[in-house]
Amino acid sequence: MIQAIFEYQFMQNAVIAGILASIVCGIIGVMIVEKKLVMMSGGIAHTAYGGVGLGYLFSFPPILGAFFFAVAAAFGIGFIKRKGGTRSDVIISMFWSLGMALGILFIALRPGYPPDLSSYLFGNILSVTQADLWLMVFLALFVIAIVAILYQDWKNYLFDEEFAYVMGKPTGWLEYMLLLLVALTVVVLIRVVGIILVISLLAAPAAIAEMISRTFEKRILMAVLFGLLTTLGGLTLSYYFNIASGASIVMLSAAIYLMFTVREQIHQHRLKSEMLMQNEQKE
Amino acid sequence: MVPAVEVRDLSVFYGRNVALKSVNLTVQQGEYLGIIGPNGGGKSTLLKAILGLVPTSRGSIRIFGGSLQENRTLLGFVPQFSAIERRFPISLYEVILSGRMKAGLQVFARYTLEDHERTKEAMEQIGLSHLSQRQVSELSGGEFQRMLIARALVSQPKLLLLDEPTASVDATARKQIYELLAKLNEKITIILVSHDMLAISSQVSSLACLNSKLVYHGGPELNDRTVDSLYGCPVDLIAHGLPHRVLRDHTHGPGGIV
Repeated sequence: MIQAIFEYQFMQNAVIAGILASIVCGIIGVMIVEKKLVMMSGGIAHTAYGGVGLGYLFSFPPILGAFFFAVAAAFGIGFIKRKGGTRSDVIISMFWSLGMALGILFIALRPGYPPDLSSYLFGNILSVTQADLWLMVFLALFVIAIVAILYQDWKNYLFDEEFAYVMGKPTGWLEYMLLLLVALTVVVLIRVVGIILVISLLAAPAAIAEMISRTFEKRILMAVLFGLLTTLGGLTLSYYFNIASGASIVMLSAAIYLMFTVREQIHQHRLKSEMLMQNEQKE
Repeated sequence: MVPAVEVRDLSVFYGRNVALKSVNLTVQQGEYLGIIGPNGGGKSTLLKAILGLVPTSRGSIRIFGGSLQENRTLLGFVPQFSAIERRFPISLYEVILSGRMKAGLQVFARYTLEDHERTKEAMEQIGLSHLSQRQVSELSGGEFQRMLIARALVSQPKLLLLDEPTASVDATARKQIYELLAKLNEKITIILVSHDMLAISSQVSSLACLNSKLVYHGGPELNDRTVDSLYGCPVDLIAHGLPHRVLRDHTHGPGGIV
């Protein structure tokens, strides 16, 4: 496989795409897991399907359609949540299914044979083109820059939004910005794992990092590392066993997550019994 | 002296529900006000309205004679314990330090030497120095609550607003918190929201009772008529075996306490 990476452009693209995806996933994943926005991210991702369909209908790059739909969904969900006071899970599910429905409609309206959409739905890291890669690089840099520049503000916002607001932070602006970053991250991830599998790559590395690291900085770093492990590991599995890369990446990340959950349970159980032992000895 | 807080004809609606209706309340500087009332009576809503956290439908709120925007820095806020994710990976020191954050978005923000000094002072004052590097997930309820108070104090506010600061802490920690607040009240104004009216009536210098409307504002002794209109039914205050008196002796008329 190493040889293939040096020989073939598509393998190089795949590896670079995996690295970029892991970095943005680690950063944004930790933030949305903390803020409990994982389902909202799922809603944004699925709404993007409408954009893919629109791209096929009017013959422009579907990924651009996905970009605009994801951004619109992010602002739409954020706006209705803030103004309407309706339950956010209801709004998310509306966007979720409406986006998918629009995608199906647009593709049905397109004359001729329906295109193969599985690479958008389930991802195909081996089909990442040079143009995709440039878009991914640009979006990833934007996400990293926004998070880095306002790092302290993000941290204060994530820990205690109300307090940050009382201290004069524009928390409404930060919320919209975070949703925008989620939308951009989703677009980066669509080519790697696809719309349907995006949530797993956002949530799993961050959730694993949560179990093993105590500080926020370390949590982001670990989430990026686990992202790398799963995307590059999944790519390897996909290469050798000839399975869809999106599926192998997601399955690997779920397996690692499960492993760490079991480890955490055993660890907690052991701590409890040790404490009980000590209490008995004292008595 | 200009009042610390002046609430005029304040109404707040949540959707179609009235949370607060035509509330008028003046809190003098140096006052230690306890806000009590039934659940859903608008206690927290009033506190949040003063802080600008909920949109007001009608009325005005003046903070030290000015608007909230002008005098934001004079306020210290201690939110409800349950409003915060305690598993967040942040140390006690970092939380208290965050009380020094500046308003507005800050590009590559860094805390100054003075910010760190104030943080250490506040930790010392509240007796949390030994827990400095502890993660918030490892703190007890009482330690966590005192940390939130310390965070509010590092900005050196003139008015401290606390939302249920003794909920979910044990008796020892509760006593510590009340002692701390009594000491702070020597210098600053305090507004405290609590459902625990028996406990706070012995602490505060005045009480406000809210049940959508302001039912009572005055000295910390309540009579049963106030309590009746507050909770809608007679509450047997005596049966709790109070360590202190909440009620004045009733000498006049039937309907007093039996």
